[in-house]
Amino acid sequence: MDKTIAQATISVDQEGYLTDFSQWNKEIGTEIAKEQGIEMTDKHWEVIDYIQDQFKNEHPLSIRGIKKSGVLNIKEFYALFPGGPLKKATMIAGIPKPKSCI
Amino acid sequence: MSNTKVKKMLFILSKATLENVYAAFVMANGARMEGIESEIFFTFFGLEAIQKKKLEHLHVATVGNPAMHMPTMLGGLPGVEALASKMMKKEMDKLDMPPVGEFLEILSDSGCKLWACKLAVDMFHLEEKDLIDDLDGILTIGDFYSRADQEGTQLLFI
Repeated sequence: MDKTIAQATISVDQEGYLTDFSQWNKEIGTEIAKEQGIEMTDKHWEVIDYIQDQFKNEHPLSIRGIKKSGVLNIKEFYALFPGGPLKKATMIAGIPKPKSCI
Repeated sequence: MSNTKVKKMLFILSKATLENVYAAFVMANGARMEGIESEIFFTFFGLEAIQKKKLEHLHVATVGNPAMHMPTMLGGLPGVEALASKMMKKEMDKLDMPPVGEFLEILSDSGCKLWACKLAVDMFHLEEKDLIDDLDGILTIGDFYSRADQEGTQLLFI
């Protein structure tokens, strides 16, 4: 379905994840974050950059991967994106919700 | 906070076979990933999973486990359980499932509370120093129930 956000029209799935990453830009990310109750900071963007890199390189995302990323530790990850960090971070990053169980 | 009706998951882990330990860990971690609170209460043999000296040496059960598709007599032979465990750990590693020690660290960092059962700790003559550093404490069952005293809490015995 279509959604209008940050003066742009994007296609999202039922849960609100972008279905086409090429439609993503930082303004859209900022607005999605706001909807999730998150105010983006430089540290947030550093994490989003990492997550998008993993996605572009087709590396599956997991909480263990975050631990090994060298970008931040798990405690910081939960603090930056409270209430389901990987779910929220991927939504802000404009990529699909991770399918992994770990 | 999650939007789900389940707000908190409390797991009671009473066994130390790999399949049971990982079931508890994956579900407890999965809960945190969904914004649901989670805690694990380690009791009886489940305590092996939080004993520093034992946690990396847990095995899968080859005897009395029909899903292993192996005759019970064969499963009881020396080395069979170790071999099956080794194979399973290899498969889990392929799926990027962390070993027990690292998994406990991830759980603790994710805000999952880890408790040891007081009665079982006393019964096995364990001391705090035998248990992992990330442990949140040793509780009686009464203490544990009081942690369940809120809307949307589910208890699961494994």
